[in-house]
Amino acid sequence: MTAIDAQTASPDLARPRRAWERYVHGDHWRSSDEEFDGQKIGMWLFLTTEVLLFSGLFCAYAVFRMLYPDAFANGSHYLDWRWGSLNTLILLLSSYTVAKSINDAQCNRQGLLKINLFITIVCALAFLAIKFTLEYVPKWSVGKRPGSFFDYPFAANEHESIWWSIYYTATGIHAMHVLVGAGLLSWLLWRSFKGLYGPRHYNGLEIVGLYWHIVDIIWIFLFPLLYLIH
Amino acid sequence: MTTIQSSGAGDLTQAGHEHEEWGYLTPKSSMIATVIDWATTIDHKKIGVMYLFAVFTMFFLGGMAALAVRFELIEPVRVAVDGTITGQQLPRLFGLDEMSVAEGDQLYNRFMTLHGAIMVFMFIVPGIPASLGNFFLPLMIGAKDVAFPRLNLFSWYIYLFGSILGIVAIIMGGIDTGWTFYTPYSTTTDAQYWRVFFMVLGVFIMGFAGIFTGLNFIVTVHKLRAPGMGWFDMPLFVWAIYATALIQVLATPVIGITTLLLLFERLFNVGIFDPAIGGDPVLFQHFFWFYSHPVVYIMILPAMGIISECITIFSRKPIFGYRAIAFSSLAIAGIAFLVWGHHLFTSEGALIASIFSALTFLVAIPTAVKVFNWVATLYKGSISFETPMLYTLAFLFTFTIGGLTGLPLATLATDLHLHDTYFVVAHFHYVMFGGMVIAFLAGLHMWWPKMFGKEYNEFWARVGFVLVFVGFNMTFFIQFLLGTQGMPRRYASYVDEFTIYHQISTVGSWILALGFFVHLFVFISSLARGRRAHPNPWGGLTLEWETASPPITHNFHHEPLITHGPYDFDTVVPPQCDPADYPLPERPQGNDH
Repeated sequence: MTAIDAQTASPDLARPRRAWERYVHGDHWRSSDEEFDGQKIGMWLFLTTEVLLFSGLFCAYAVFRMLYPDAFANGSHYLDWRWGSLNTLILLLSSYTVAKSINDAQCNRQGLLKINLFITIVCALAFLAIKFTLEYVPKWSVGKRPGSFFDYPFAANEHESIWWSIYYTATGIHAMHVLVGAGLLSWLLWRSFKGLYGPRHYNGLEIVGLYWHIVDIIWIFLFPLLYLIH
Repeated sequence: MTTIQSSGAGDLTQAGHEHEEWGYLTPKSSMIATVIDWATTIDHKKIGVMYLFAVFTMFFLGGMAALAVRFELIEPVRVAVDGTITGQQLPRLFGLDEMSVAEGDQLYNRFMTLHGAIMVFMFIVPGIPASLGNFFLPLMIGAKDVAFPRLNLFSWYIYLFGSILGIVAIIMGGIDTGWTFYTPYSTTTDAQYWRVFFMVLGVFIMGFAGIFTGLNFIVTVHKLRAPGMGWFDMPLFVWAIYATALIQVLATPVIGITTLLLLFERLFNVGIFDPAIGGDPVLFQHFFWFYSHPVVYIMILPAMGIISECITIFSRKPIFGYRAIAFSSLAIAGIAFLVWGHHLFTSEGALIASIFSALTFLVAIPTAVKVFNWVATLYKGSISFETPMLYTLAFLFTFTIGGLTGLPLATLATDLHLHDTYFVVAHFHYVMFGGMVIAFLAGLHMWWPKMFGKEYNEFWARVGFVLVFVGFNMTFFIQFLLGTQGMPRRYASYVDEFTIYHQISTVGSWILALGFFVHLFVFISSLARGRRAHPNPWGGLTLEWETASPPITHNFHHEPLITHGPYDFDTVVPPQCDPADYPLPERPQGNDH
């Protein structure tokens, strides 16, 4: 269809168009496809920086594990693998729902889009709640603390404080990322209620979705290193 | 042969746009509206200008600290039998009479750290990419803006916030850790104060500005090149900024985690770097240099890009070895990540030190490729000696000296003798000042008429150049001699034999400072009452010369179409220039087949 006139026009054109249909790309881009590509490259580059940020922590983990293998073996015994596994499942589920929400936007299922985003946010908050109330607080209160705060009377190894430093730093920085992710997802939910995402424009969902997956992947590496291997 | 007539493009930019005579610099109706417009702008040109102003403010602060350091070293500190102290300059300078030697040394340490930290983190690293890069990268590839304009503005505010934290640390009394923040000293010094915390937090936050700028540039180069501009039609400055951006994105997160752990160390005593409870301070050094060695290539690569631009424009010749220069930028960016261990030669085993030594030598290869190509570009060129070209030629001397003196430092046997001496100080300053700052000045003078639409005074700019060049060499060349004779760096005093060397160096620093004030005067007078600049004063062929001076808000009236390479000086008359001023060379006879 090349020419649109009153006879051949689809009845859709008569309706007031929704927000995602009215989206106009930035005027320094040639098209919205180019813009979307650019945003995706930008996000992937940012994910690279995230991986490098955490690689410092993984490096520190490797170095201290080599220096104090006993302390690290003891350390992982203090962690409950069941809570860790539950959190892993929660994050995996949230990664699925955020991917599903992108698919919902592509297929214009506005209701499911919001539900999936909502589930993702709930998962993020559940992760943080489990982490904080069931792991940090009980451990901190019995003296399993980082560095010079370490005050656990039954420590089997003098270097366990370093283990707790690594544990709290790595999971703490990861938890900050989950928190930021929850904030971004809430922003997406708010925008999806304004009808800003649909088949032709779902850039925000895709970009934040990428970020959410890296948060998930980093946890996938942290979980076995801290909880499973002895 | 392509000829771009001066009349066509020039008239087009003037006709019907008189109300926009000052392009992006056109002020708003009121002062407040103008300020708000600048503070909320997403125009890469305005952000570039704001960065330019900010980094030179930081350069001024760091320079003042450097002058203070040199002033203290004009005389060795001595304590007489009766307890009188002579040779303490800094306390006297600030009117603090009652000061012990230790306190005086502490003051010296603070100035030395301020100089290093401000210059490295707030001037040299963001310097060229964030100011000239921001301004010219989109123009040179024919784009309307960088890929993410709002992120660009955000990065400027992050930089500003980080700098303010750094300045807060200075106002609270300064820090004395050296710019490297080595643990455990940095986690125990001034333990009751928050100065180190604020400075390190500032560095952490400023890292994000670098990451966002680099990320923005990479996407811009990939996605926003004008139609017809392939990768090998890009100006070499763009290649250099692209390579820089790669390092910014890949190295800066590591300083992020390093400073973050350092902050945790200060706040919660996590002990990861604290040997007292089993931590590893050498790990900090590895982390730190994994960022801070690549970062010296963040500092020097954009400078090399500027030199590539200047040297072709002012010798009116196509660049020699375009691809070699472009790929050597990428090679430097790659090797940059493999050489951090040469900062830790004394704390690692002989085998690892040998490997890092060998890898360090590799850097010399792409660097030499560039220098040889620049020199070959000069060969048989019609060279003119305006200020940018003077600085470019100065760069070839000073940077080469800086580069070659790096080789004895990379050699294990000589490094044992030279490390932690003034030889290192001189080498570093020949690369950073003789490389980055000199090239920055070359680029600034070349692009000044384009950025602000005003001409600068060529005579006084040349006077400034002579003062800077003489002052710089006088300050730092003598330090090579000091270093080989064993003068250790970072000390506030020295043995009597070194007095004359230090005095020559200090006098040199004053000449250098005078040179900078001449340049400042030249720039201010240019802004105040400079003549209106021609859109293409030097006859350049890259796209930024095709638009008006200063450029219009959207950079170009029409999306530019690339019809010639950036350096085809032998086949193209420069845009907006009279063919009589830029005659094409005669075709060689007798070669027709």
